[in-house]
Amino acid sequence: MLALQGFGGVLAVAQRELVDRRGWLTREEFIAAYSLAQLLPGPNVVNLSLMLGDRFFGWRGALAAIGGMLLAPLVLVLVLAASYNRLSDYPVVAGALRGMGAVAAGLMLAMGFKMLGTLRRNPMGVVLCTLLGLTTLVAVAVLRVPLAWVVIGFGVFAWGLARWCIARQERQP
Amino acid sequence: MTTAFMLSDLPEFFLHFLTLSLLSIGGAMSTAPEMHRLLVHDRGWLTDADFTTAIALAQAAPGPNVLFVPVLGFQVAGLLGAAAAFVGILLPSTLLSLSVSRWGSRRRDTPAVRAFTAGLAPVTVGLMFSSGWVLALPFVREPAHRVGGIVLIAATVVAMLRTRLAPIWLIALGAVAGALGWA
Repeated sequence: MLALQGFGGVLAVAQRELVDRRGWLTREEFIAAYSLAQLLPGPNVVNLSLMLGDRFFGWRGALAAIGGMLLAPLVLVLVLAASYNRLSDYPVVAGALRGMGAVAAGLMLAMGFKMLGTLRRNPMGVVLCTLLGLTTLVAVAVLRVPLAWVVIGFGVFAWGLARWCIARQERQP
Repeated sequence: MTTAFMLSDLPEFFLHFLTLSLLSIGGAMSTAPEMHRLLVHDRGWLTDADFTTAIALAQAAPGPNVLFVPVLGFQVAGLLGAAAAFVGILLPSTLLSLSVSRWGSRRRDTPAVRAFTAGLAPVTVGLMFSSGWVLALPFVREPAHRVGGIVLIAATVVAMLRTRLAPIWLIALGAVAGALGWA
């Protein structure tokens, strides 16, 4: 049901299929669902597929979504684990894995660029959004702060900030 | 030097992953140190090398990274271990996410939920760029693969922004380019 061939970048595949190709969700809705999936415990992508499956098709959709997301890769990874020592000797295998890794990096960056557009309509305004986004980037990619702290710390702060901005806007329409 | 896993260890093993599930904010990988403590350090069911291999494999293979958990289970106790670890790590977080998501969409228009959506959007976009950066870093650092890797990354970005190509084709292309030694 969901494309499951994401290579370290299942998220990019899901975004492409659901938003760009099928149009089931807007970019804003996708970001909202993913923000929540990130904040809750559990693997982000699993949480995301669970929520989207549930939203469109109820609990059976949720079940189908995680099944589709996990089963084939699970079988594959277990087979790989069982045969790993023999495979890793081939330079062709290592090269192919490296090539796919580069594409995974590109997919993730492209998704970031696409989602930038959604911030233009954000009630916090472009400047605050840019600041928040850049701080997150520096904290995670450069300073390597554990993800959980970033998500909880910045999340609570950004939530308060957005709450304040929305309240201000509603007072002076 | 590993210790043999007994069938009687299975409940403890399963319970451990059930608990970790609710602590895995930001993904299952954030609980990897805790798993290492139990599996390698405390009980000696796995060696350090086994542990690292499981993580490297799951990151290299398609699918979400959480798949390193069933691989660890598989290394400890075969298919039964894989099943126990995987169900354990997923069940609690799955039930929680489902109920929070339903609760949130019933209240979509309240200021609290709207502020949550708006406030977290820039943080999430920042995280997407961070993941892209972290994934790209090995190519930037390694002179032997720098040019090919960066070309492949840039080509992917352009293809995703300018065309409607499905990502699987790009991944296949990356695999071929890599196997030919271009990346």
